Amino acid sequence: MADQTLPIPGSLTAKPSRDAALLEWLHSWVVTVDHKKLGILYVVYAIFFLLVAGAEALAMRIQLAIPNNHFVGPETYNELFTMHGTTMVFLVGMTFIFGFGNYLVPLMIGARDMAFPRLNAFSFWMTAFGGLLLYFSFIGGFGLYGMGSAPDVGWWAYAPLTAKAFSPGHNTDYWALSLIVMGFGTLGAAINTLATAFSMRCRGMTLFRMPLFVWLMVVTSGLTLITITPLTAAQIMLLIDRYLGGHFFDTQAGGSATVWMHFFWIFGHPEVYVLILPAFGIASEVIPVFSRKAIFGYPAMVAASVGIAFVSVSVWAHHMFTIGMTSVSNAFFVLSTMMVGIPTGIKIFNWIATMWGGRIRFAPPMLFCTAFVFQFLMAGLTGIMLSVAPWNWQLHNSYFVIAHFHYTLTGSFVFCIFAAIYYWYPKATGRMLSESLGKWHFWLFFVGFHLTFDTMHFVGILGMPRSIYTYEADRGWNALNMIISAGGLIQGIAVLIFAWNLIDSYLHGKEAGNDPWDAWTLEWSTPSPPPAYNFAVDPEVRSRRPLWDIKHPVDPDWKYEQ
Amino acid sequence: MQPGRSLSSSRSRLCSVALLCLCAVPVLAEGAQSTPSILAPASTPAHEIYNLSLFVLLITGSIFAVVGGLLAYVVVKFRARGPDAEHEPPQIYGSTQVELAWTVIPVLIVVVLFLTTARIIFAIQDAPEPKSALEVTVIGHQFWWEFRYPKLNIVTANELHIPASTHEAPEPTYLHLLSADVDHSFWVPQLAGKTDLIPNHPNDMWLDPHEPGLYVGQCAQFCGIEHAKMLIRVYVDTPEQFDAWGKNQQRLAVDDPAAVAGRQVFETQACVNCHTIVGTPAHGTFGPDLTHLMSRATIAAGAATNTRDNLRAWIQNPGTFKPGALMPAMQLSDQQIDELVAYLSTLH
Repeated sequence: MADQTLPIPGSLTAKPSRDAALLEWLHSWVVTVDHKKLGILYVVYAIFFLLVAGAEALAMRIQLAIPNNHFVGPETYNELFTMHGTTMVFLVGMTFIFGFGNYLVPLMIGARDMAFPRLNAFSFWMTAFGGLLLYFSFIGGFGLYGMGSAPDVGWWAYAPLTAKAFSPGHNTDYWALSLIVMGFGTLGAAINTLATAFSMRCRGMTLFRMPLFVWLMVVTSGLTLITITPLTAAQIMLLIDRYLGGHFFDTQAGGSATVWMHFFWIFGHPEVYVLILPAFGIASEVIPVFSRKAIFGYPAMVAASVGIAFVSVSVWAHHMFTIGMTSVSNAFFVLSTMMVGIPTGIKIFNWIATMWGGRIRFAPPMLFCTAFVFQFLMAGLTGIMLSVAPWNWQLHNSYFVIAHFHYTLTGSFVFCIFAAIYYWYPKATGRMLSESLGKWHFWLFFVGFHLTFDTMHFVGILGMPRSIYTYEADRGWNALNMIISAGGLIQGIAVLIFAWNLIDSYLHGKEAGNDPWDAWTLEWSTPSPPPAYNFAVDPEVRSRRPLWDIKHPVDPDWKYEQ
Repeated sequence: MQPGRSLSSSRSRLCSVALLCLCAVPVLAEGAQSTPSILAPASTPAHEIYNLSLFVLLITGSIFAVVGGLLAYVVVKFRARGPDAEHEPPQIYGSTQVELAWTVIPVLIVVVLFLTTARIIFAIQDAPEPKSALEVTVIGHQFWWEFRYPKLNIVTANELHIPASTHEAPEPTYLHLLSADVDHSFWVPQLAGKTDLIPNHPNDMWLDPHEPGLYVGQCAQFCGIEHAKMLIRVYVDTPEQFDAWGKNQQRLAVDDPAAVAGRQVFETQACVNCHTIVGTPAHGTFGPDLTHLMSRATIAAGAATNTRDNLRAWIQNPGTFKPGALMPAMQLSDQQIDELVAYLSTLH
């Protein structure tokens, strides 16, 4: 045998020491360009920051549990909500979607890796270092005294509060710089996803046979290119203002505060769809498998996703109904915002129609997805309320808005992410997550979520604004705030159970096998975990559900699909 | 003023009662309250928004009942049970007719909602300003409100006095909104929706409260460290009360010879750089006008009640009530502070 080692006395036959093996293993993660390893890195990174930002949220809820509390001071509180928002959007949301995209897109379209593996690694590490830069702010500057220079201007960072005059020190700089760094990582990941989906599909995988998750990653990546660009531009303009004597947003020198708002929300609103669209993709994979039915209205689902993306770039100023736009502009943004409800409505109807007539198995992924459909319905309806400009004049910047967007980002996005982890964890690790712990996680999180965020709607209606570190005792908000905080605590416990489940099942979980859910997309035809090359033989598909065709040779999909 | 009101029907009233009950439970449980609820409108813009919101709530509530009901039905009816679970159910790939139906119905709903909303936007935002209107310039500062009545030559802070407006003698108040530093937002939920105060970007809003009384609110746009303690108190006065209040505000500051020591402290320290007391050399504009400080119920933009003890604590160290407030602790001696408080207490 040519590749056998020659017996050199006293040398290479010895096994490497334990430490050396560990180092070798760590090194393999650092230098990897394998889409699956990078995908796992993204998701682990996101879970870590989910715990961090969750802890920040809990600290805020302890502070607000009773009026005039002194758990944290105003400065710290402002840093907490800025960091919570920035972390959840950029370090948790974006990394989750590109983590799942990385892991699943090549597997689902029968490819062996992403189109640009090195760009892929570069994107991840840019994102990772951006996040570390953001969190370095806690110890940078005057760090170790209190909270350091953590950003404290809100995750929307309205001008001119970010100008040198009002934000001396480096809090704003950490925010802007880390978002620029992460922005490049995100752009790289988006370009890579688009290139992969458009040029790496296996034989027979036409665009209209791609799994919906891949479709939604395509739409999301396109939208990312459109939205991250103005954000990065705005951050650079902000830094020019702060350090090179620019006056874009510096109102004291004639700059414009409203221009920042436009820049920020032309990024910020589509950003919400960047996050929620892959969640739709996850639901569109999980719901059919657990209902044992093909997705209802695949072409309509694709059209609705693309429609949402188009409409979403024309609605940004609904975040700005209170800034004194003309009545005609207000009316325009009311109409464009309400129109988002049409394609999202189509999606909800299609999911329900998929479940209709099925045999629904309520394993943890399906529990989370069912709750997602319910909560997304609620989020959509409160979204319609907020789109009604005059009502928005009341609800804007109140806790009602906080409740609404946590319904979309927690109740919808995070629920789908949990579904995705329960669903694909067996594929990535070869082991099942504990179902009983999964159900504990689901029910506790579900109850905690509704205690917290249902109640927030009411405290908003009673006039409580957001971003306040404390409130007066005579406002009638006390009991409601206590309930909100209690719900937060329950969610915290649920997430700890989840984290424990991830670790324990990795070590002691049940063997998963290739296809534990009896599913239909290509990733389930590979071993769990899949080998580095994914597919020994390039697959060939004839329908949207290649594994269904194999499992039901007399009744394959390709006979029926339009 | 009428279009919004015509929307209310018996059904939407029922809706509102249910909502009020939900929100009222915790309120009642906590005793004496002043809750700035948007469900208790007391001025035309707030009323119109309230009625519109009931209409929108009715529509969204119906959608919720139908779609949520469908989802609940599906979850209960089609969950896998028993041995039957072995077989795959019939596969259905879609239906163009059904897709069309659930596209067209939402389009119709959007048309109705949009037209109703647009009408109220124009009714509130483009309402012509009547001659009888009172004009007030509101200037947002980092963590307090400045109120200027240009026609009455009055300057005050944090507590806005306006006359009640009746149908017979309408006297709405038009607020001209400016900012001295960063973005703020003027929000008194019972009187109107919020409008932002943005530097270099003047805005306007109007109120016409009918019932005299106190209405509370606060800054609704994050404006820095003490954003939480930038409270607003709006006193809606009867015409007689308003005239009396205005006459007092127009006077020069009281010059009580008994408090001359305190006045001297005020005028020889840095106080005068930031505060104005009309009739004295104090002309600062960075902090609130103190000419009639004692006519206000609170200090520090509502952070504390206006008592001698609080005033003393505030001057000694503003961080007591409002850590991060821009007023510095002036390191005065106890005697100086006592004299100063004695002087300020004469400024009725």
